[in-house]
Amino acid sequence: MSTTIISVSVQIAQLMLVLAMAIVLIRIILGPRAQDRIIGLDTLYVNAMLLLVTFGISSGRMIYFEAALVVSMLGFVSTLALAKFLMRGEVIE
Amino acid sequence: MNQVVAELPVWAAVLVACFLLLGASLCLIGAVGFLRLPTFYERIHAPTLTTSWGIGGVMIASMIFFSVSTGKDVVHEILIGLFVTITTPVTFMLLARAALYRDRTEQTGTVPDKGADRGTDPRSRTQERDTTIDAQ
Repeated sequence: MSTTIISVSVQIAQLMLVLAMAIVLIRIILGPRAQDRIIGLDTLYVNAMLLLVTFGISSGRMIYFEAALVVSMLGFVSTLALAKFLMRGEVIE
Repeated sequence: MNQVVAELPVWAAVLVACFLLLGASLCLIGAVGFLRLPTFYERIHAPTLTTSWGIGGVMIASMIFFSVSTGKDVVHEILIGLFVTITTPVTFMLLARAALYRDRTEQTGTVPDKGADRGTDPRSRTQERDTTIDAQ
């Protein structure tokens, strides 16, 4: 019973997260300007991190938590670097 | 995999499922809003659904699952939640400032002038002073 509940809900959640990633990807491709694409990248890595956590729930292993922690930290730094690049690239011009 | 999940009582499984579906559906709603809102300054609000309760729901589900299945208190998912909660306003604020700066330098006419928020950001004031000096 509980196995069915967990596995079905994990599959639905993974489907929703993958759908969200696909929608964000559409916005990254459409995105009229660079800042839209950077926000899309930020949302994309957060969704990927949540997908890793749902993998951890479905497999019962804690190793996925560490991967999610690393993804969240590296994603923050990369988004910050891209935002600073937007500012400085325009200043130099 | 199956042994771990089979030991879980039904109430814990229902709780995990509820929080998981809450978090994942908020992520989906945030993504749809990010696609559909018309301007950048409106679009920047939608992904915060993902980074606030999307993360919160999935992390609470993971905490309940591992706490009940291992019998110990597993709270280290709070680390991710805390980290993302602290860092998201920083990145989005920086991105919004960068976008505002780009829109103002290109003079698209979609954002108000620099005088509208004079005094809130000393950096923009010095940049404005520099550009006026250059113009002179």
